[in-house]
Amino acid sequence: MEKKQVPVKRNFFNVFFEEVSKSSLTIIILAIFTGLVLGGILAAATTVEVHQAFGRSFLEGISESLSFIWKTYSSLFIGSFGNPAKMVAALFSGDSKAMQSAFKPFLESLVVTTPYLFTGVAVALGFQAGVFNIGAEGQLFMGSIMAAWAGWTFKGLPPIVHVPLALGVGILAGALWGFIPGWLKAKTGAHEVINTIMMNYIAFNLSEYLIVGPFQDPNESFKTRIIEQSAHLYRFFADSPLRLHIGLIMAIAVALLVWYVLYKTTWGYEFRSVGLNPHASKYAGINSPLITTLAMTFSGAIAGLAGAVEMLGINFRAVQSLTTGYGFDAIAIALLAKNHPLVVIITAMLFGFMRQGSRVMQINTGIPIDIISILQGFIIFFIAAPAIIRTIYRLKEPKQTDFKPQLSGPGEKI
Amino acid sequence: MATSTQTVPKKSLQTDSPKTRQRIMGIIFLAIGIFIWFVFSQTTSSDAQTLFVMAPGGSSVISPDLKFNSLSVLNILALLCVSSGLYQFLKGFGKYTNLVLALVGILLTISFLAWGASDGSINVGGMLRIMIMRSIPIVLGALSGILCERAGIVNIAIEGMMITGALVGAIFASLFGLWNGALAAIIAGGLISIVHAVLSIKYKVDQIISGTIINIFTIGLTSFIVTKILQERDWQYLNQSGFFMPISIPVLSKIPYLGPILFNHNPYVYSMYILVIVLTIALFRTQWGLRLRSVGEHPKAADTLGINVFRIRYTAVILGGMLAGFAGSYFSLGSAGYFNQAMTAGRGFIGLAAMIFGKWTPVGSLGAGLLFGFSESLATNLSFLRFSIPSELLLMVPYILTMIVLAGVVGRSRGPAASGTPYEKESL
Repeated sequence: MEKKQVPVKRNFFNVFFEEVSKSSLTIIILAIFTGLVLGGILAAATTVEVHQAFGRSFLEGISESLSFIWKTYSSLFIGSFGNPAKMVAALFSGDSKAMQSAFKPFLESLVVTTPYLFTGVAVALGFQAGVFNIGAEGQLFMGSIMAAWAGWTFKGLPPIVHVPLALGVGILAGALWGFIPGWLKAKTGAHEVINTIMMNYIAFNLSEYLIVGPFQDPNESFKTRIIEQSAHLYRFFADSPLRLHIGLIMAIAVALLVWYVLYKTTWGYEFRSVGLNPHASKYAGINSPLITTLAMTFSGAIAGLAGAVEMLGINFRAVQSLTTGYGFDAIAIALLAKNHPLVVIITAMLFGFMRQGSRVMQINTGIPIDIISILQGFIIFFIAAPAIIRTIYRLKEPKQTDFKPQLSGPGEKI
Repeated sequence: MATSTQTVPKKSLQTDSPKTRQRIMGIIFLAIGIFIWFVFSQTTSSDAQTLFVMAPGGSSVISPDLKFNSLSVLNILALLCVSSGLYQFLKGFGKYTNLVLALVGILLTISFLAWGASDGSINVGGMLRIMIMRSIPIVLGALSGILCERAGIVNIAIEGMMITGALVGAIFASLFGLWNGALAAIIAGGLISIVHAVLSIKYKVDQIISGTIINIFTIGLTSFIVTKILQERDWQYLNQSGFFMPISIPVLSKIPYLGPILFNHNPYVYSMYILVIVLTIALFRTQWGLRLRSVGEHPKAADTLGINVFRIRYTAVILGGMLAGFAGSYFSLGSAGYFNQAMTAGRGFIGLAAMIFGKWTPVGSLGAGLLFGFSESLATNLSFLRFSIPSELLLMVPYILTMIVLAGVVGRSRGPAASGTPYEKESL
């Protein structure tokens, strides 16, 4: 917040409070906070122990709910970051085993963040150019399975060749998956929301078919072969159970690259221009259909890279599985970050840490990890309609002069 | 950015001159005919016989089977397609082109079945009956989408409303009986749609985003409830709703061939028929429908006539939500008898595609829904084939079909003009 040249009778605190209450960062923080509160209430309301405590007395019920909510969120925190006391003690002791176990939650959270970061950037890139890429999930699947194929098919290559090759195959697969709906939108105007969702289902069924069919491991059913060792991504702590791999660095690099291109090059300017107003861009000489197609293709490519990185860094083989939900989460991540690639790094970490923490939370408190989806739903609900937050917390509307654009997906309304 | 499902005016397959389109269609018909000849006829021996069993199981009506010589029928079908292709290319069917396209598609399907089942039999009657059942959620979802979009609000959240309807229906039916369960599902769909309505009408949030929010939230919430509550041993009785039994309509179900296929179903099918008729009348023959459509085409003009744009939009969205909840209850109360998370499988979105395919009309959506239903029915009914196509590949067909449809192969679809744009009431 800026310090203004203030007239008499307004001191630092008044100005600070006024700026804070108008700031959109405040809205975001309050949205997250309110979401957490509502989520906590829902979690408590569906727990047997809380009901029993209420049965005994109202006060006991309240204290039981509060302690349950505390247990829930603290295990969420410890699951995602780790126990601070433990971490400090391990650092002082210098024992590598102790350090590994103390920092494991934090590093695991970073591992989980990596695909979120990729897909968040992919979706944000799409939004900036005016396309809703709901197909990040399908593009991720295709990137993942094709990277696996490249991983086990080519034998005897040095890692320095094999890894980029496999990643490249994944990127191409994702790019193709993004190209098709993008081209269809550019050429025929078909709405990309439905087409990308259809491509998702096609990707699921196609991967299923490949996993139980041509790609199946001859020795184990319903799984593919394991990829060659030479295709594994470099792990930072290779001899330990810590799984942090170079994919995280790649994801951050991609975010930086997308930011640079979008905001510092003419290409990026054209992307954003088409996103804000395709008709005006056309009159300015920008080839809108081409940009739309390119945006979907690049978005798909990044999502495909996400899948490839996951495969080469973590999974090493493809198995039959249900959807992972990365696609919808990526939309939330991009929206929260207002489609800015660098802010996506932060929001992706938020989601990644929450998801990792929720696994521990599920073990400790029995709350299913689906509560994360509910939390995310609440949070974006409040972000999308800031007026609701303002009403709840009695914040002032920003004046027209310092109007900041409200949250909208791919740019302003025409 | 245009957020509606309306096509953005860009160069497309359809802005080419009508003559070009006619020629392309003619070539497509020709190609289909030649395909039937080369791929089907040439691989069928001349004495193979195909048996189409026309009576679906469980019916006492006599629908005689159709037994015929595979090769001759295939050749006849190929000839029909080729000749229609030639006619289309040279003269053109004009405004009946789409109808002929549909007919050619049907001929292609019949030839595929005849070929696949040569020297064997398939239960076509049963397949058609399943087609009707599978099309229910798609058609009902499309009807819901029509209500909302005709009033100008894009509703991507049909999928989320359906899954909520399925869960709520299952729980309430387990407690209070099937009919009450359906009623609860309808109410639940309406309640969820209020959120969508408030977000997109009052707060003017981008309608795709508010729909996506609802999808994220409802899928998470239903999943949460299932894992946390319904899978606990003590609470499993809440997920044992059972399902509606088929009811035979007295006279109509005795019609040979059509009767058992169309009129021997559970109440959901009959409500689908009724709703299509009711909505067609309501939207296109009543004052209320006219007002609703005007709000979707040109809200400002409607407003100056004194029509309350906001109230109509709220009403439309809530009614649409109730329909979507009802559609969702089909999965648990009309089909499976319980709830699980993977039930809807994107049918809410396919319903939107059916709506576009059907040009935002109830009857058109019924046709489109039947088409999608047939492709699903085909995918699950492959034992008749002499060789196996993996079921996963066939499951992809409805989705690929949706994309082909949306690409405008069947002609450009133009939706309500003001769909997707929040209405700003300016002071007069």
